[in-house]
Amino acid sequence: MMSAFLDAVSYDRWVLHVLLLVPVAGAVAVAIGPARLAKRVALGVALLEFVLSAGLWWAFVPEAGMQFTSTAPWIPAWGIRYSIGLDGISLFMVLLSTLLMPLCVLGSWQYIEQRERAYYALLLLLTTGMIGVFVALDLFLFYVAWELVLIPMYFLIGIWGGGRRLYAAIKFFVYTMLGSVLMLVAILWLYTTVGRETGVYSFDYGHFLVHAPMAGRGGLWLFGAFALAFAIKVPVFPFHTWLPDAHVEAPTAASVLLAAVLLKMGTYGFLRFAVPFFPEIAMAPGVRTVILLLAVVGIVYGALVAMVQPDLKKLVAYSSVSHLGFVMLGIWALNVQGVQGALLVMINHGLSTGALFFLVGMLYERRHSREIAAFGGIARAVPLLAVVFTIVALSSIGLPGTNGFVGEFLVLVGAWAPYPWATAVAVTGVIFAAAYLLWALQRVFLNRLDAPENQQLPDLSLREKLVLLPLVVGIFWIGLYPRPVLDRMEPAARDFVRTTAHRAGAQLTGAAQTRVEP
Amino acid sequence: MLTPLAGTAADWAWLALVFPLVGFLANGALALRAPHAKRAVSVIGVGSVVAAFVVSVAVWFAVARGAPDSPHIVSLWTWIPAGPLRVELALHVDQLSALMLLVVTGVGSLIHLYSVGYMGADPGYARYFSYLNLFVLFMLVLVLGASFPVMFIGWEGVGLCSYLLIGFWYGDRANADAGKKAFIMNRIGDAGFILAMCLLWWQLRSLDYVVAFERADSLAAGGTIVTGATLLLFLGATGKSAQIPLYTWLPDAMAGPTPVSALIHAATMVTAGVYLVARCGVLFALAPLTSAIVAGIGVLTALVAATIALTQWDIKKVLAYSTISQLGYMFLGVGAGAYAAGIFHLTTHAFFKALLFLAAGSVIHALHHAYDATGRHDDPQDMRNMGGLREKLPWTFAVMLVGALALAGAPPFAGFVSKDGILATAFARGHDAPLWYVYWGIGIVTAALTAFYSMRLVRYTFLGANRTGEAERSHLREVPWVMTGPLVLLALLSVVGGALNLPAVLPRPELLARWLEPVTEAAHVPAVHLSHATEWALLGVGAVVALAAIGAAFVWLKPETLSRASQAPPATGIARVSFRGYFVDDLYNRAVVRPCVWLARRVLWRGVDDGVIDGAGVNGSAWIARGFGRIGSWLQTGQLGTYLTVFVLGVILVLWAVR
Repeated sequence: MMSAFLDAVSYDRWVLHVLLLVPVAGAVAVAIGPARLAKRVALGVALLEFVLSAGLWWAFVPEAGMQFTSTAPWIPAWGIRYSIGLDGISLFMVLLSTLLMPLCVLGSWQYIEQRERAYYALLLLLTTGMIGVFVALDLFLFYVAWELVLIPMYFLIGIWGGGRRLYAAIKFFVYTMLGSVLMLVAILWLYTTVGRETGVYSFDYGHFLVHAPMAGRGGLWLFGAFALAFAIKVPVFPFHTWLPDAHVEAPTAASVLLAAVLLKMGTYGFLRFAVPFFPEIAMAPGVRTVILLLAVVGIVYGALVAMVQPDLKKLVAYSSVSHLGFVMLGIWALNVQGVQGALLVMINHGLSTGALFFLVGMLYERRHSREIAAFGGIARAVPLLAVVFTIVALSSIGLPGTNGFVGEFLVLVGAWAPYPWATAVAVTGVIFAAAYLLWALQRVFLNRLDAPENQQLPDLSLREKLVLLPLVVGIFWIGLYPRPVLDRMEPAARDFVRTTAHRAGAQLTGAAQTRVEP
Repeated sequence: MLTPLAGTAADWAWLALVFPLVGFLANGALALRAPHAKRAVSVIGVGSVVAAFVVSVAVWFAVARGAPDSPHIVSLWTWIPAGPLRVELALHVDQLSALMLLVVTGVGSLIHLYSVGYMGADPGYARYFSYLNLFVLFMLVLVLGASFPVMFIGWEGVGLCSYLLIGFWYGDRANADAGKKAFIMNRIGDAGFILAMCLLWWQLRSLDYVVAFERADSLAAGGTIVTGATLLLFLGATGKSAQIPLYTWLPDAMAGPTPVSALIHAATMVTAGVYLVARCGVLFALAPLTSAIVAGIGVLTALVAATIALTQWDIKKVLAYSTISQLGYMFLGVGAGAYAAGIFHLTTHAFFKALLFLAAGSVIHALHHAYDATGRHDDPQDMRNMGGLREKLPWTFAVMLVGALALAGAPPFAGFVSKDGILATAFARGHDAPLWYVYWGIGIVTAALTAFYSMRLVRYTFLGANRTGEAERSHLREVPWVMTGPLVLLALLSVVGGALNLPAVLPRPELLARWLEPVTEAAHVPAVHLSHATEWALLGVGAVVALAAIGAAFVWLKPETLSRASQAPPATGIARVSFRGYFVDDLYNRAVVRPCVWLARRVLWRGVDDGVIDGAGVNGSAWIARGFGRIGSWLQTGQLGTYLTVFVLGVILVLWAVR
């Protein structure tokens, strides 16, 4: 019934354009409208965006590969086109972004008191950027979207952030800029090389995909540039030190989006560009070893450092380093389980860590402190908040029945065959995850409720419940019945594995090759 | 696939899960909304588990009537489909799971009922019952799951409930610490479980028991793969079932309410590891090395824990170490390939240890009450504050004596029969491999220690003169019927439970072994034979050892020399070593926990992150950052349009330059 309706309105022809346009239009409306309406308009636009995007769930055909595609000349002289499309890899990133936007607006409702118009306009602009990154099928367009994300985020941190916001914003900007400038150079180099060889100067994704091997020995440098840009974004150890600062200083909604969506732009970049363009390099034994090592080190390192953070927000930030390590491990497992696991961890981390940042923000709004030591025993004062925090923490720990388990389990199963030792080390991440989250949970919510200022903290308000409810539902839904999600991403994952393995062919040795499923 | 159980109550096994689930949700809602609606909480909390028990009985009858050779699978939905990996959320009904259902819901019902009295005055009553219902749900998923991942839902789920209930009174930091410790130590084991699933999936291409066990024949017997997989599974078992090296969480777990200790930390959850080994008998039978390690760890744990139990003063600590020790026996049994004997001891232990804990709970309840009445602060769990309770708590005394005799292995109580079954198999294995004689010998020594500390507990608690306090004595009284009722039932089971699986030399022998045969025969364990004379001799040895140790406890122990806990001198010498559990906790703290935290804080965070990466790498080139910052602030007109224009111009410039 749903698909008949979507057909009737030619949903697939306009949806992506509209998803890119609505937030921009909304941003303009917010910026020029009256300040007191800013957040209401923003909420309306974000909800509209979510409702419009929800149709993708039904309209998406798992087996159809890249779909909702459309293309139009943009700067013809340079071979730049406005090309967009969606497949099983990008679908959930788009849905995750549109789901989180209304929650972020609601989550900022009281937190943001200054320059509301600018804040909400930037938030909406950021949405277009994020969706643009995930649907762009032209590398120039992709780069523009990539930078379009960077700019609003820079301002969100730098203007509405905490005490060291400028340091954090600049660190974030410089770090990311370093990577993206290298990526731009790589894109341009590839553009000219391919253009020279084929005579067709184009930024088209498909064109790059087919002809990227022409880069020859330069491929290693190109892959390196792409990989560095994405690795900083993920962030892969040791390029992660911008993350804790940015997270701690950013306002709640920016932290949520940073963790839930922006980090995924890095792993998405690996899945969409770095690996498919240069499979034989990405899967070369030396490169594989380096990536694997960094992924596993990140898992353990992130968890250990998270464990000793006195600042709750920083703890959550470091936990991202650990979780994203699982994504990298899953991608490089190069089998269906590993890649599907990686994609699922990307979604799960968005839900769970997004929720954790919301919760930390709610605690901060009550107590004006993120120091774990400032709390203690507050489960007695805020029982519902404690229950939700526990559920989210358990999902982050990967308790079976929650989403976290399904993703990590698939990654570990996938990674086991090619890399048993790396998997054995990675699995200690689940132990440390329990250690840092339960320890934090204890020091915040359990123990004695002794600080007088904690006695009368209010429990969750209706608005806060509305922010958290969708995330908690997602946690259990994907935990208990992930099939609709897995089914939608499986063909894309299989395609990625098959193409990469096929093209990397000669270089693939050992288990990774023999384990590729038919 | 049509099995003899299609269309019977076995198809409805999922109902056993639904009732506790509903109970959890309803009580959870009440805990948040109406924590004082205690009557509703009791009805829902106890009713849901009793309903699950009724379903279990129906399932058991269906299995008994259908007598299927292969399990009946109830598929609910496809849980994790990822390429060739497909995990169904399915239930596995066979003789083993039917038995476990009865034990879990049967003993569970009694403990829920007891809790109505024990927890009646607690402000967290609704929260308590919601956790307890949730525990039953996960425990049933654990025993009913038809594949490793589904079992793992229950496996980690019960761990979660254990965590929540150990730290139930979370306002006290020690309790919250104990819960966290339990969860993390269990997680170490669970990591092994996860890796075992990875290994098994790639080798067998299925994680469903039925398919995986069928294909297990393709694995080389005694080979690296099956040995590795079973060792990893056993690592999981050592966490959940508190065996060396992961046992130290269980004594701390006594921080939870006593009925929780009875249900989770004695009768059901901690036996999950034994169930796991029995369930995977096919795999363990292919790995003789692992089986020998399982038995060895088991019997060693049994001995070590028993020696610690000897000197404990906290009545619950005695029982906690005793549980660790008895679990060791069960692992000796399943390690010896005597899966039925292991499960039999699991069952009888569920009866008598639940009984002992609940009876201890009654004692604590009574003392607590007395101390509350007079306002004196003293430890209501310390046996040095007890003594002579026989007159004040006659029912509790009677049932506790039964439980202690069963634990001590005094004939003809249940523990005597089930312990004998395990030791006899170990002895028989010695014929082929003398190592098993050593195991048997340690088992016998441990049996003597067990009998001794059981009687020590009874004597110090109930006999002799009372040491509770002059004023308090008059406030000591027997607990209400909701608490004594379940005790009496469990006491009966502790007396007659042995009849479930009598040794071959007695009439109507080995009922349970024959019941489990369809499950256990798939594991090709080399048969063991004992002549009737040997069997009688072993029974005799077991009886003599138990009775002698009981006698020794009465001859050697001098309760009249005890003084109250607050005035007692600290233990010295070897008694102190035993009392402190060989300082293993301190060892773990110094060798693992603190170095980990130090490494994380000083080396990784302050050293690598702040020092090397940020210090030398990022901020070391701070002038770059500052430069960027200056350019950034110069460019920062606040006009996004300008920004974008400059940006696009720049790109075009670069493009032009590249051409």
